[in-house]
Amino acid sequence: MADEMMEEGGVIKKMMYVNRTAPYGTVYALEALEVVLIGAAFEQDVCMVFIDDGVYQLKKDQDTDGIGMKNFSKTYRALEMYDVEKLYVDKQSLEERGLTEDDLLVDVEIKTTDELTALMEEQEVVMSF
Amino acid sequence: MKFGIMVSEGPYTHQAADTAYQFAKSAIDKGHEVMRIFFYHDGVNNGTRLTTPPQDDRHIVNRWSELAEKHNVDLVICVAAAQRRGIADADEAKRNGKDADNIAPGFRISGLGQLIEAGIQCDRLVTFGD
Repeated sequence: MADEMMEEGGVIKKMMYVNRTAPYGTVYALEALEVVLIGAAFEQDVCMVFIDDGVYQLKKDQDTDGIGMKNFSKTYRALEMYDVEKLYVDKQSLEERGLTEDDLLVDVEIKTTDELTALMEEQEVVMSF
Repeated sequence: MKFGIMVSEGPYTHQAADTAYQFAKSAIDKGHEVMRIFFYHDGVNNGTRLTTPPQDDRHIVNRWSELAEKHNVDLVICVAAAQRRGIADADEAKRNGKDADNIAPGFRISGLGQLIEAGIQCDRLVTFGD
């Protein structure tokens, strides 16, 4: 991986991962997380955004016993170790689902849709899942 | 302009594979470069040579293979997504003890780093999917 990083010639881009789907029901959340973890090795300026049902990905006390799926929610707590520290949650999406910051399993910044729009404008790469 | 493309839905079920192909072809025809097309999620199903659509329908997989052959486009299938969905080249089949491989010509299997790299190296990374 070290060689691969050198090949990028020290380019650091602003990258945003947009998470829009619930953690279970479809594979997008899990496979998005895999992209983020692999991407961390490239040492880019990354942030993650959680909007719509994507806010459920960060919900505390997930229990998947009844649906035969692996509970991968603990991985979000490990993001900090991968230097993925900018996690933004859409205020409206959270409120619409009756959730507050206290319901989330990691520290996040709550942003208004306008703030997220401005943030998205600044990005050089946006990957949406 | 240098483009990277991500296809995140399967062929025939979803229009993403068709639109991505039309986009890539048009970009190349207009003189742009398509550096890589990365197939993720169910998009990996774009790369199985066992695909057999009715004769009067478009052949999405062959269309990709032709694009790769004609224009030297790098078609990359995500290994983790491919393993889950049963897409394998000869090496992968052997490694995982499978009795066959099914990757289509012009495609290769590699890691998610290839997607990130495309994001870094290209002027635009364009996603096709929901």
